[in-house]
Amino acid sequence: MAEKEVLLKVEDLYKHFPIRKGLFSGSREKVHAVDGISFEIYQGETLGLVGESGCGKSTTGRTILQLYRPTSGSVFFEGEDLAKLKGEALRKKRRYVQMIFQDPYASLNPRMTVGQIIGEPMEIHNTYKGAEQLRRVEELLELVGLNPAFINRYPHEFSGGQRQRIGVARALALQPKLIVCDEPISALDVSIQAQVVNLLEDLQEELGLTYLFIAHDLSMVRHISDRVAVMYLGIIVELADRNELYATPIHPYTKALLSAVPFPDPFIEENRKRIILEGDVPSPVNPPSGCRFRTRCQYAKEICAEEKPEFREVLPGHYAACHFSDELK
Amino acid sequence: MSDLLQVKDLETQFRTREGNVHAVNGVSFNLKEGETLGIVGESGCGKTVSMMSLLGLIPVPPGKVVAGEARFEGKDLLKLSNEELRHIRGAKISVVFQDPMTSFNPVLTIGKQTAEPYQIHHNAGKAEAYERAVKYLELVGIPNAKERMNDYPHQFSGGMRQRVMIAMGLICEPQILIADEPTTALDVTIQAQIIELMKKLRDELGMAIIWITHDLGIIAGLAHRVNVMYGGYIVETAPVKSLYKEPQHPYTLGLLGSLPRMDEMSYRRLVSIDGLPPTLLEKPTYCPFEPRCKYAVEKCRYSNPQLSQVEGEDHYVACWVNPKTGKEY
Repeated sequence: MAEKEVLLKVEDLYKHFPIRKGLFSGSREKVHAVDGISFEIYQGETLGLVGESGCGKSTTGRTILQLYRPTSGSVFFEGEDLAKLKGEALRKKRRYVQMIFQDPYASLNPRMTVGQIIGEPMEIHNTYKGAEQLRRVEELLELVGLNPAFINRYPHEFSGGQRQRIGVARALALQPKLIVCDEPISALDVSIQAQVVNLLEDLQEELGLTYLFIAHDLSMVRHISDRVAVMYLGIIVELADRNELYATPIHPYTKALLSAVPFPDPFIEENRKRIILEGDVPSPVNPPSGCRFRTRCQYAKEICAEEKPEFREVLPGHYAACHFSDELK
Repeated sequence: MSDLLQVKDLETQFRTREGNVHAVNGVSFNLKEGETLGIVGESGCGKTVSMMSLLGLIPVPPGKVVAGEARFEGKDLLKLSNEELRHIRGAKISVVFQDPMTSFNPVLTIGKQTAEPYQIHHNAGKAEAYERAVKYLELVGIPNAKERMNDYPHQFSGGMRQRVMIAMGLICEPQILIADEPTTALDVTIQAQIIELMKKLRDELGMAIIWITHDLGIIAGLAHRVNVMYGGYIVETAPVKSLYKEPQHPYTLGLLGSLPRMDEMSYRRLVSIDGLPPTLLEKPTYCPFEPRCKYAVEKCRYSNPQLSQVEGEDHYVACWVNPKTGKEY
């Protein structure tokens, strides 16, 4: 891995949202959505980011794109810190980092035609105009498997899967290098999910794209990713090569998460032992002291409440944040 | 074991501006005592509508059950008056709905809502129903059930609310529990909790369960028998192991192929089912899956296959073609 080129480097990223309770309440409470995470994405790879709702995975994606400005920390893209850029300079850079959104019903403007939706980024960044833009839009439609003749139709004339293809075409309009895919398939039916995932894989191969693939479906993340990061309550608890993470997870949360995923196979399910986690995820407003996971962890000891476990390389390329990672590996 | 519920040729339609939508087109199945029946299909395949038709929970108009029979305790559910149905619904057959966030009344306490079915169906006094509600909340694993009786739904997390919903469904000790995607809105670790709970309760109380879902993974470890639905028809029905081991219908094959599996060590491209589900604006005179089927032959375009038995097994499939040989049966 060492010789691979780093495309995006996230360093000590924090994003807190203040809670406003009333005009004069003076409340200082905040949601610790992302609470100090660091990772790298290599050129041409797919990094999967998994976790349950509210763990901060989508906030991470949005903060990378500077759709939310980070509370602190850096996001280096091709060596430049996006968090420090503003206005025109940021816009120029952001052209190369695009996003595919979760809900294809909400993320396309219903009053714009497909041609306008896909052409808009080119308009803003002044890349293609007029007839050239039209040709480019048609090219993109073809690339994502839609009929170029649909260019003057409106989003409501398309099914969910087709809409997501429009979203993909829009993300590709400016020839980006990195695409943040924020749960791009969770709103789609099973048979359509496979269509969109296959499309994303084909595009990656054809255009040399790099993906940050955010999802809660662990089997799909395993399928599409090269490396996978697991988030819990605002922090990354484990990060490793795909096969290694799924075969030999170190962090107790990853272990429980993987054991909770049902297998589409009654012969395996029959004899499967599950680690059932007790209770719910604690509130991100007052996360537990020390290790975030200790309140639900079967291995938790005193030290877990006192000290925050360091996110460290336990095995080559395999990172985990747990006091007992050496025993659990 | 004897049949608890026998459904025959159920047909339900909805009137819309575009025309009559043929949501359920002749569904027949039997449910045995204590059996868990999985009903699998994608959105719009008629899985929820067919079950809600049985209980008179279809909004009329626009919906209408146009044909069929559903025998339960010697009576035809579809011919009962609203008053008669009310004695069955919630008492002998109850439903756990999909969305634990919106299925409660936000201004009534959890205790009142849990006790209500028992109070109504058993003419029980307040104190007796209250006792029983506490017992069932404890049974489904609500910590401090007694204190939490006075809390309101918003004070519960999603997983806890789904537990309360199950307690409500069980309080009258029904013979059949219809679970309509009860875990779809939940995270996977919480989903695992709920599934374990349902399995335990099923074994303790001995009720039959109809579990509606789009997730072939959940069903594998839970159901005894599975109905696969497509376009308002049951296209395949079999004991769970037989279905996963020897799927016969091209749609079932496609669904299983489109799921990534966590135990695959080498990369496999997902099988996608091209095209879209049918709109059901007319009752198909041909196989509803034909436009998306890669095994389709001439006959599929003019004749709709009925469920027929796979040689020597308790396995039925509605298809003209044997996908193993690619030839007609």
